[in-house]
Amino acid sequence: MSTANDGPTGGDFSRYPDAAGRFGAYGGQFVAETLMAPLEELAAAYARLRNDPDFIAELDYDLQYYVGRPSPLYYAERLSKSLGGARIYLKREDLNHTGAHKINNCIGQALLAKRMGKTRVIAETGAGQHGVATATVAARFGMKCVVYMGAEDVQRQSPNVFRMKLLGAEVVPVQAGTRTLKDALNEAMRDWVTNVDDTFYIIGTVAGPHPYPMLVRDFQAVIGREAKRQILAAEGRLPDALVACVGGGSNAMGLFHAFLDDRNVALYGVEAAGRGIDSGQHAVRLAAAGRPGVLHGNRTYLLEDDDGQILGTHSISAGLDYPGVGPEHAMLKDAGRANYVGITDDEALEGFETLTRLEGIIPALESSHAIAYALKLAPTMRKDQIIVVNLSGRGDKDINTIAAMKGISL
Amino acid sequence: MSRIEQAFARRKAEGRKLLVSFFTAGDPNPDATVPLMHAVVRAGVDIIELGVPFSDPMAEGPVIQAACERALRHGVSLRRVLDMVREFRVHDPHTPVVLMGYANPVEVMGYTRFAEAAAEAGVDGVITVDLPPEEGAELNAALTARGIDPVLLVAPTTTPARLERISAAARGFIYYVSLKGVTGAATLDVDAVAEKLQEIRQATTLPIGVGFGIRDARSAAAVARVADAVVVGSALVRLVEQHQDDTYKMREAIVDLVAELRQAIDTVEPARA
Ligand SMILES: Cc1ncc(COP(=O)(O)O)c(C=O)c1O
Repeated sequence: MSTANDGPTGGDFSRYPDAAGRFGAYGGQFVAETLMAPLEELAAAYARLRNDPDFIAELDYDLQYYVGRPSPLYYAERLSKSLGGARIYLKREDLNHTGAHKINNCIGQALLAKRMGKTRVIAETGAGQHGVATATVAARFGMKCVVYMGAEDVQRQSPNVFRMKLLGAEVVPVQAGTRTLKDALNEAMRDWVTNVDDTFYIIGTVAGPHPYPMLVRDFQAVIGREAKRQILAAEGRLPDALVACVGGGSNAMGLFHAFLDDRNVALYGVEAAGRGIDSGQHAVRLAAAGRPGVLHGNRTYLLEDDDGQILGTHSISAGLDYPGVGPEHAMLKDAGRANYVGITDDEALEGFETLTRLEGIIPALESSHAIAYALKLAPTMRKDQIIVVNLSGRGDKDINTIAAMKGISL
Repeated sequence: MSRIEQAFARRKAEGRKLLVSFFTAGDPNPDATVPLMHAVVRAGVDIIELGVPFSDPMAEGPVIQAACERALRHGVSLRRVLDMVREFRVHDPHTPVVLMGYANPVEVMGYTRFAEAAAEAGVDGVITVDLPPEEGAELNAALTARGIDPVLLVAPTTTPARLERISAAARGFIYYVSLKGVTGAATLDVDAVAEKLQEIRQATTLPIGVGFGIRDARSAAAVARVADAVVVGSALVRLVEQHQDDTYKMREAIVDLVAELRQAIDTVEPARA
């Protein structure tokens, strides 16, 4: 049972999870027995490799020459001036190979898989960005790849489905449940339980059983480490606020992690408020409607009914359409270290259009939620203050959705 | 002695193995469940395992996933399942009932409240698929305090160190998941099962039930040779699905299969004394 008060209190957030994989009251390993030994094996392999100079060198090399890191920290001058408040910087994860932050994690996990002698990788995907990133690294490392994707998401993210197939991956549409990301995750777990001997499950976000939330965060933490260095170089000081969208929470944790113990840096995680929180059609778990519970191997905030059944969610962006959230975010919420807010579909579309027109950058619909919150936040801050927004991905994958909303057929 | 212990002791004295049936409560509709429970007992089932419907049954294959969805369409959740057990108990004070489900519905009800309600309804054991002993200590303590057995899973991947941890927490019987995979999967390697059961018996004196992958008389007989109890699930649920529009026919088909399994199990020569 969740005991809310065993989370961190002082300036020591960055030392989580503990040895049992807990972030305060959250996290853990809530899986069927069959997966416990493979999870132990994974945790042991990672503990061995995370400080291994060869492994780190291999990872760094790939991040630089294959992904294209470091990603720029770009001062969005026209956007900032139009709002008349804080200076807005964009962390350009959209410029990574494959167009989103997801590849940072996939490179890391694929290298782990290789070292562990696994020949087949599987993944769940919502927006398709994680699926594309997994299919990409699988092609590069010569591994078999199967991607599970909710049947509804297969429809609305068809460009990414085609990209995965071009890359040689098999894409399996999942018809069960709500036919979105949570069901894809269930199906990927079922595959893993069946094929544990040769298969590595590359989870795409900071959720799932321990060690995944830690592993994925560590591989994404390069975002915040770079951003810290870059903002110090550009402005000579730390930012006042960080803003990132939160699906499972990997791009947000990636940006936040290096700043967790810098208590003067405010953290904002932006969830999908869909058609509005009152409509019941949203994915706001932390900012309003969620309660602690157990799903997909960890204890965290969930959208559920009074019987503990998991609720369907709605967001215009497939990548935020998920009823759970990474356990580290649950801890940061309870401790008051991070603030979680909702942005509706309509507001996200406005963020999308504003950034596109003012800066010539087409953001992913997920990232548009972060942009939309910055549009609200910046005017409430002074001109000498600084916001860093994680531009987690580019919007090419979403043009069909946007066109359909405008009544245009491509 | 608990009802589960009594059931194992009785069969052991007769030199027979136990037959455990699994189906999802509320499938295909809430009214069908209690009559089905009585019917399988009459046909030879020793322990009833009742699936608690969950929206995200991660360890289930397509057959039981669909069963969960059918039951959930009727709003059957943990509270209704406990009502069904209570109703069953009115006419059957003997047959052990074991609930099998996932952690989240129990979390929402609260461990203590659940343990009390389950004990009051007449539940004998609880399997929580996604609660390994590391995460289950609190619930398992709440259950044992009220005389309910936490039944724990052992898998082909379970290491010796884990086996010890599981044996220390388990009560009633050990549920051995016979294969790497989800419920309803096809291939069962009886030699591998026999080997693992020997290892498990080194770690515990509890009886062992084997489930996953047992679909017919042949596989049931093969498993009965080495296990103390044979668990049949997807094969029964498939019949529920086939006859979902006619619960009379459904019961008939299930009773026929149960009788066949009973006979297969009872005619084997046990491999161990
Ligand atoms: C561009 C982009 N941003 C954000 C997300 C949400 O995931 P997370 O919260 O793990 O960063 C996704 C997921 O598909 C994505 O594609």
